[in-house]
Amino acid sequence: MTIKVKFFASLRERVGCGGMELSADRVRNVAEVWSAACSGQPLPVNTLAAVNMEYVDITAAVKDGDEVAFFPPVTGGGR
Amino acid sequence: MKVELLGEDFDPYAHLARYQQSRLQSGSYGAASCFVGSARDFNEGETVESLILEHYPGMTDRFLERIAGQAMERWSLEDVLVVHRYGKVLLGEAIVLIGVWSAHRGAAFEACRFIIEELKHEAPFWKKEGVGQRGRWVETNTKG
Repeated sequence: MTIKVKFFASLRERVGCGGMELSADRVRNVAEVWSAACSGQPLPVNTLAAVNMEYVDITAAVKDGDEVAFFPPVTGGGR
Repeated sequence: MKVELLGEDFDPYAHLARYQQSRLQSGSYGAASCFVGSARDFNEGETVESLILEHYPGMTDRFLERIAGQAMERWSLEDVLVVHRYGKVLLGEAIVLIGVWSAHRGAAFEACRFIIEELKHEAPFWKKEGVGQRGRWVETNTKG
């Protein structure tokens, strides 16, 4: 399956890239997308996630063709 | 209802006046409330010279429209205007403009407050402040 992954703001700087197309045999949820995209790096505390531009938590399921974004709390604030 | 994301500096008061003139019917509203947020030169004890506002094209638009739509549903409003910058913003420049028009002042005040608070907590924007030669990401919202 193919997942479009995006990183924003300080997280993008931390990860070292703005995004990628992830080809993986199977990733079931957002947490697994992170692991596959950022192998070895733990998910930083307070990181937010969105699937197809809607906020989700990291247990949310993903499917082929989804766009998954990771970013710090917005405007510097929280939800 | 209108939501705009702008990559360049704009004059919020002229923008508001133009919108009111072209989109609202005189006499249809008794109250107009507005909020203008601008780039401030002081944060955490250091002089801020500029800031860069990052957004998530597509998601930011969607959320601004959603918030404006929620305000229209919750209060009896004639119209709502939300304009927000992205990109590099210099000291003193406008970052956000919210305009709310209603028959009565209660709805106008409350809806305007609702929109800015929701925007600050929900809309995907991230601020990076320019301090001297360095950039620093803002980690927390100001209280209000």
